Amino acid sequence: MLEVRDLIVSIAGNTILDGLNLTVRDGEVAAIMGPNGTGKSTLAYVIAGKEEYEVEGGEILVDGEDILAKSPDERAAAGVFLAFQYPVEIPGVGTMTFLRAALNAQRRARGEDELTTPAFMKRVNEAGAMLEIRKDFMKRALNVGFSGGEKKRMDILQMALLEPSVAILDETDSGLDIDAIRIVSEGVNKLRSAKRSFVLITHYQRLLNYIVPDTVHVMSGGRIVRTGGKELALELEQSGYRDFAPHSAAQPAAE
Amino acid sequence: MPARIVSSRTDAEVALADAYGAAKTRLPGGEAVRHLRDDAFGIFAGAGLPHRRVEAWHYTDLRSLMREALPVAARPNGSSLGAINGELAGRPSFGGGRLVVVDGTFVPSLSDALPEGAGVRSLADVLSEGRPELIDLLAARDFGEGDAVLALNAAMMQDGVVIEIDPGAEIVEPIEIVYATASAQPAASFFRSLVVVGDGAKVRIAESSIGRGGRAGQTFGCLVFKVGDRAEVGHTAAITRSEAGSLRLDSFVADLGARAQFDSFALVDSEGLVRRQLFMRFSGDDAKAQLRGVSLCQGREHVDTTLDVVHRGLGCEGREHFRYILDDAATGVFQGRIRVEKQAQKTDGKMMSRALVLSDEASMHNKPELEIFADDVACGHGATVGSLNADQLFYLRARGLDKRSAESLLLEAFAGELADEVGHEGLVARFRAEIAHWLGERTKAGKGSGGSKG
Repeated sequence: MLEVRDLIVSIAGNTILDGLNLTVRDGEVAAIMGPNGTGKSTLAYVIAGKEEYEVEGGEILVDGEDILAKSPDERAAAGVFLAFQYPVEIPGVGTMTFLRAALNAQRRARGEDELTTPAFMKRVNEAGAMLEIRKDFMKRALNVGFSGGEKKRMDILQMALLEPSVAILDETDSGLDIDAIRIVSEGVNKLRSAKRSFVLITHYQRLLNYIVPDTVHVMSGGRIVRTGGKELALELEQSGYRDFAPHSAAQPAAE
Repeated sequence: MPARIVSSRTDAEVALADAYGAAKTRLPGGEAVRHLRDDAFGIFAGAGLPHRRVEAWHYTDLRSLMREALPVAARPNGSSLGAINGELAGRPSFGGGRLVVVDGTFVPSLSDALPEGAGVRSLADVLSEGRPELIDLLAARDFGEGDAVLALNAAMMQDGVVIEIDPGAEIVEPIEIVYATASAQPAASFFRSLVVVGDGAKVRIAESSIGRGGRAGQTFGCLVFKVGDRAEVGHTAAITRSEAGSLRLDSFVADLGARAQFDSFALVDSEGLVRRQLFMRFSGDDAKAQLRGVSLCQGREHVDTTLDVVHRGLGCEGREHFRYILDDAATGVFQGRIRVEKQAQKTDGKMMSRALVLSDEASMHNKPELEIFADDVACGHGATVGSLNADQLFYLRARGLDKRSAESLLLEAFAGELADEVGHEGLVARFRAEIAHWLGERTKAGKGSGGSKG
């Protein structure tokens, strides 16, 4: 379960998130939609613990525990996972070396035993098969020479291995063709569980045809300005975000 | 830069002159070799130790950094050889033959016979025998002209190995040259080795160092490669684990024939002052060469890599790629001069230097130079100096790696990537282990940017 309360975040003196509230229950898939520049990716990065943002107020709770004082790795161990809009290429770091280091680091941080090689290989192979990732990709350096779709699939594979309690997908559909969206979405759907909260950040309704959300939130001016069911996304597809632009009448009056 | 008359000699220069005067009658070689030595010492005496006004040594002011000249190491004795033998026994061998040079002297009793198609003799024997064509190759007169350190090595060369590979021979496993230190007291050693690779032959030479104690010495080494037409040569050097206060000046000369392929990689992870100067010439047409190196520097280490590459043949391809990791108050120097002579049309050259600077006190000096006299070439160079990539660090930490582990993984990748291209599994594993050892020591020392928070 993810609870964001009255979150105020700035970067270089500019307020990006301005008293944002959001609750995503266990098992819930919440979509966050909204125009460009409204702070959707900032929200994702702040939850994951990226350092250049200044949190000026509010709380972020994961399963009831405030994570704001934690480092990015401690948040990961606490169950936070961010699927990046642009997964980073890391030349010289083998994909398998990285996967194993990440999985074991989290297990150690939670006081669990490291996985044996056969157990690790089995889990990687299962996740790879589900996401239709070619085996030779696993022998390459992390994300190096991968297409946009392959990088996204590699991120979802990490999610499958790391089994987070709060998974944030930052524009996972951007730059993907229809086939890639289908494969990634099927992967995500298989990972839906009663214990896992999902936050899907997206511009377009299209992704939500594949991953059907329980709730849809519209974000504008650094806040959630409207919340509804999956039909809200269809409505937005028709009307656009015009009504939610920060300067329009739809913006709630400042308290 | 022309030789300068140095008006007042430093203590080290005086001691080196005395050492040469005392040793010259005992050093191996007949009349021709004695002339060679005298000429070379004349170059050194005229120029003195190189200093910052000598362009090629601008960032490594040896005259001020080398305060004293240590006594020349004595020939190793029985008990010191026993200790070396013990250390060698613990090292896995690749089976291509191991040649051991102790304090600058080749020791056949500790060394293996080389595989069929390869032969080895001591430098001292070759100098005494006086075959002019080998003496000429050893003298390497038209490389590094006027360089005082190369000249000093030529004047003082005590011993080393001369390896000859028969034309067409294929030596599968690496021939290792192991430099060992036996002297209990810090001492100086001067060694020069020659590898003559016949036309169409294939060989790989791997240099490394071992030795208990006495690593705080001064070594003046030189390795000369004469690579025949169509030959394929690999070379690696592990310059590792010497002590603080040590001085290591290595010169490397390679003369490449037509369609030769040459590949060299060096790992420097050594305390004190290290300078590698590499002189390479593409003499024949259509040769290909790669020079790569990784330097891991901490403390007050000073590591200098200076390249002087000459393209003379047509259509040759040169790739030079050097990486540095600099921590604490370490200093890195990369100078790369590529000269493309007028007739060397269709030269394809790329030079790259990348440095990661991990501390505010560390510094890196980059000086790439292209001198192109031909009009139809594709040559380029690049140099970067920076810190670890923040996006990569965040990505790794968001997956659960703490700050130090994430940094170590990125540093290991940065250094390991070039080592992985060596093309011999056993050697790659050795270099990888050495890099991991260095990073492990760094983590143990509690370095890295703070704790797990960030």
